[in-house]
Amino acid sequence: MCIAVPGKVTEINDINMATVDFGGTTKAASADLVPDVEVGDYVLVHAGFIINRLDEEEAQETLKLFDQYMGILDEEDDEVSR
Amino acid sequence: MKYLDEFRDPGAAKSLLERINQIAGQIPNEVKIMEICGSHTVAIFRTGIKSLLPSNVTMVSGPGCPVCVTAMPDMDRMIAVPERAAGKDPIIATFGDMLMVPGTWSSLEREKAKGADVRIVASALDPVQWAGESPDREVIFLGVGFETTSPTIAAAVERARKAGLRNFSVYPAFKLLPPALKALLESPASDLDGFLCPGHVSVMIGSEAYQPYAEKYGKPCAIAGFESLDILLGISELLVQIVDKTHEVVNTYGRAVSAEGNATAMDLLFKVYQPADASWRGLGTIPDSGLSFSDEYGDYDAIRRFGLEDVPTGGDPKECGCAQVLTGVISPPDCPLFDNGCTPEMPVGSCMVSSEGSCAAWYRYGREGN
Ligand code: SF4
Repeated sequence: MCIAVPGKVTEINDINMATVDFGGTTKAASADLVPDVEVGDYVLVHAGFIINRLDEEEAQETLKLFDQYMGILDEEDDEVSR
Repeated sequence: MKYLDEFRDPGAAKSLLERINQIAGQIPNEVKIMEICGSHTVAIFRTGIKSLLPSNVTMVSGPGCPVCVTAMPDMDRMIAVPERAAGKDPIIATFGDMLMVPGTWSSLEREKAKGADVRIVASALDPVQWAGESPDREVIFLGVGFETTSPTIAAAVERARKAGLRNFSVYPAFKLLPPALKALLESPASDLDGFLCPGHVSVMIGSEAYQPYAEKYGKPCAIAGFESLDILLGISELLVQIVDKTHEVVNTYGRAVSAEGNATAMDLLFKVYQPADASWRGLGTIPDSGLSFSDEYGDYDAIRRFGLEDVPTGGDPKECGCAQVLTGVISPPDCPLFDNGCTPEMPVGSCMVSSEGSCAAWYRYGREGN
């Protein structure tokens, strides 16, 4: 029940309702809980409400961590095979 | 960046699993990690993670499915709403998983079959819209959920108020997560080694909310998202802490969760409602773990509006092991009724009904040697 789906804000109207694009399908979501959201932001939507803005820098940090783990493990494999 | 596929990469999953195996290899004993959130339970099964973890690492489900923890008296009162409001031609709005939960005498689904107008909401604003469209009818929103969902329903109440709607009300069966975590940690049966904390509750309450518990009870916490890599990263961070004997709150879902959370949402939540004692299925009554309407918003309280306090209520079904399942003491297959009188088609307890209930998840994914 607590699932929230990431999407991109493509429009915000004068009653604070946003249009959010989820990979091709768009849905309306209220921006009442994240008033400073802007067109172009990636957000999480839950029960018809935008609940936050996604942070690209933080996302990249996490992805870097994955790359690092892949790299580290490869090196260790090399050592073993050597 | 689409914030989805990047966090499902099979190559990275393989590396993370290797990492998990490596770290778990340094732990001589069994470790028990609780995933608090029902959405994590389902994701852990669906992605196959459950069967891929090292043999000394067990994941147990916690009390984080809002439908599952709804106590029988609340169910009975909610199921009584169509009858209590009968003179007002009521529209009952709720989330889909609530329909089949058995009350003592009936269920919402049975009331619907008898003719009640029970509707499933996709957006918390749907019921407000229905109230606007049908001014002669009462719209009652049966509100369940943790801090992820309750602020959206608080915002719906605020919109109804601004629109001047007098025919909209909410049954507040909401639950707050931190007090439940505390109750779990203080329960004598608890032998948990760490917590995988719910990503979307954390969006609202912020990562700092777990700090006092991690410190006081000495349990590592990792906040995780719901994609496969998120979950694996969360588990690996917990294992690192178990090896190092530390107990920090690690936020592995930084793209969505900040330290302080969503202050706008939490402020609105505590403007519309106030903390109140709440009874939980499986955990009993926990002080200040639920929400009741604040005086300012009391007009939107369905309990007061329809006099629901005096609805006759029953207790939890006796043979049902939900209490031990929700506290991680037993796994669903250990309940004598599991697949033996209790199935998703004919559920005895709420844990078998909700798509995020651990009994339902085990029934669906876990019976073949998982
Ligand atoms: S299997 Fe059914 S009866 Fe047993 S704990 Fe789960 S919901 Fe309750």
